[in-house]
Amino acid sequence: MSDVTTTVHTDHQDHAHPPGLQHHFTNMTQQFEAAKLGMWLFLVTEVLLFGGLFVGYGIMHSKHPEAFVAAHHHLDWRLGALNTIVLLLSSFTMVMGVWAAQTGQRKKLIAFLLLTIILAMVFMGVKYVEYSHKFHEGLLPGKFYSHQGDTVPGQFMFFSFYFMMTGLHGIHVLLGIVAILWITFRAWRGHFSAQYYGPVDIVGLYWHLVDLIWIYLFPLMYLIS
Amino acid sequence: MADAMTPTAAHSHPDYLSENKGLWNWLTTVDHKRIGLMYLWSVATFMIIGGLLALVIRLELLTPKQTIMSAELYNRAFTLHGAIMTFLVIIPAIPAILGNFALPLLLGAKDVAFPRLNLASLYVYWIGAAMAVSTLLLGGVDTGWTFYTPYSTTTGGGVSMMVLAAFVLGFSSIFTGLNFIATTHKLRAPGMGWFQLPLFVWGMYSTAIIQILATPVLGITLLLLVMERVFHIGIFDPQLGGDPVLFQHFFWFYSHPAVYIMILPAMAVMSEVIPTFSKKSIFGYKAIAFSSVAIALLGFLVWAHHMFVAGMSLFAGAIFSFLTFFIAIPSAIKVFNWIATMWRGSIDLKVPMLYAINFLLIFTIGGLTGLFLASLSTDVHLHDTYFVVSHFHYVMAGSNMIALLAGLHYWWPKMYGRMYNNTLATIACTLIFIGFNATFLPQFVMGSRGMPRRYYNYLEQFQTMHVASTIGSWILAAGLFLALATLLASLRKPKDAVPNPWNGRTFEWEAGSPPITHNFEHTPVCIYSPYDYRENPVPIAEEEKSAH
Ligand SMILES: [Cu+2]
Repeated sequence: MSDVTTTVHTDHQDHAHPPGLQHHFTNMTQQFEAAKLGMWLFLVTEVLLFGGLFVGYGIMHSKHPEAFVAAHHHLDWRLGALNTIVLLLSSFTMVMGVWAAQTGQRKKLIAFLLLTIILAMVFMGVKYVEYSHKFHEGLLPGKFYSHQGDTVPGQFMFFSFYFMMTGLHGIHVLLGIVAILWITFRAWRGHFSAQYYGPVDIVGLYWHLVDLIWIYLFPLMYLIS
Repeated sequence: MADAMTPTAAHSHPDYLSENKGLWNWLTTVDHKRIGLMYLWSVATFMIIGGLLALVIRLELLTPKQTIMSAELYNRAFTLHGAIMTFLVIIPAIPAILGNFALPLLLGAKDVAFPRLNLASLYVYWIGAAMAVSTLLLGGVDTGWTFYTPYSTTTGGGVSMMVLAAFVLGFSSIFTGLNFIATTHKLRAPGMGWFQLPLFVWGMYSTAIIQILATPVLGITLLLLVMERVFHIGIFDPQLGGDPVLFQHFFWFYSHPAVYIMILPAMAVMSEVIPTFSKKSIFGYKAIAFSSVAIALLGFLVWAHHMFVAGMSLFAGAIFSFLTFFIAIPSAIKVFNWIATMWRGSIDLKVPMLYAINFLLIFTIGGLTGLFLASLSTDVHLHDTYFVVSHFHYVMAGSNMIALLAGLHYWWPKMYGRMYNNTLATIACTLIFIGFNATFLPQFVMGSRGMPRRYYNYLEQFQTMHVASTIGSWILAAGLFLALATLLASLRKPKDAVPNPWNGRTFEWEAGSPPITHNFEHTPVCIYSPYDYRENPVPIAEEEKSAH
């Protein structure tokens, strides 16, 4: 470290810290980029997690095509389509929220985040209606399947995957609601500004993934033939 | 990487061990060094538990019939040994201990990118560990650590709990990997490009890629297994229209890459220790760096070599066999590069270097015996014999453990600021080498003669080799115990380590021994290549100019 004095940074206490900057980052850009990279990596793990289920679904579907087609007639594609629209809308309000954060408009940010939460809750509401209908008819996974009058055997397998995949997705929606509530709270407390809005951006990324997974789930569950 | 820090630099801060003492401060710390040490002692605890189980198993196998326990207990003992050693010891060992401790230091950073996530990974590890141990109260697990269906979906006991434990532990591994990738991308010291990264960092980075890409697939596989047990969803049950072999495909799609989660970090340690004690630039820097990445990616294409006898087409078998041979190439490249580094170096046989040579021998035996298992025709003969057991103990257990010990003896002065007793540590290293080979070389022989793995009773003709193997396990245990005692004994002395006891070139040796909480009094700047051991090191910038 011979010519160390020319470029060295002095100790962390010496420069003034902008609010929200953690001690081990040099500046806000570095921190923001690190967080964003971390989120993308997390999304990769999410895609692979669901990917395993998609592969399992694909293999079982190809083994039992008639049972899967017969079973999917128990789903109401209109409710699925409604939920697709609801989630797409919520992705849009999330984008608007991030935009409001970037431009430092606190009130708009809070409004868009609340709107996103409401749409997410509508999604869960529709899901509740669908699930209770299935419970009622005994269209349940594995050994709990008790639906009467099936002409094609083996339909329980479809519902095994239906509940695992939409269930895991539903858990992600719930976690998303919690995350958006958390940033809404922080926005309300005035934590964010045009200089510091990383958490909003990152929760937004997560929310888009939740939306994206549903866009794959919808045709796979409701529209097979 | 740069000259040693001017000794006059005022140490105005206390070191990270002396600052904020007390249990509560340790449990809430976000300091990567403290988290690394907490991982060290957690993993060491489970290594002792898993090791004691191994001793018990070897003791049972001393005689062909019952020796000390029933067959049921024996099944549970080897399952618990395998599960603890795989999920709680080998996978976290080097990344979570040495990686957490050294990676930010090697990069010249103050911490990992997400310190709180790092602490969370430790807590998740503890939760997973508690779940794994709790299976003992639920009647144990007797499936083997691979949880093969259909046995695992029909047997009783704590299978679901153990499987969920492995699922939870996966998150801990993902958090660590995610942190290392983001840290390497964003927190390198000024002037440090990708080809000035110490090779340990390249190894950790490649490991992290596998942790990110493979662990979620294991997670979902294990969840499916639990679902099958609880709901009979049908996917792995042939009676319900499922396919039990599908589990094996899913499982090995993770678990083959996972063996590289175990070996790449070991190789990463070698790439630091060997140049430091050979006093020579590493031979083939880029070859070593890229072979790590190549291993990480190729590792995803070979999983079905575990299933040559599980029913697959000859064509598929031939392809997986070929790919498996292919992945041996980057490993061999590394070994040749390390040997070339030592060639004409001035080798200093300090304890970490002894372990490194130990590693080279053990890893070479393990790697070469893998080729017999990769070949279709010989694998049919050797499948599920002690040959396999011995092979994977050489590459997974021995190589990983010895590399961990190499790294631990290498960075111990940095971790605790103390030098250990050189003589005792050398004796321990020798005992470990003798004990390990005495335990596992006989297993190659009896495996090739048809001794099946996981058997409780065996034919009289195998007893001599089983006895040899059991005696070996005692020598190995004595060696490990001596190594641990030697390291612990050093903690009773006052701090006596200088910042750079081995004359290393990487950044961590510019920090104090032990470093301050924020690692460096001044952010280091990367001026020289990390392995420039020439008399007068040439700055990277000048070297690049003269290259044009
Ligand atoms: Cu493999």
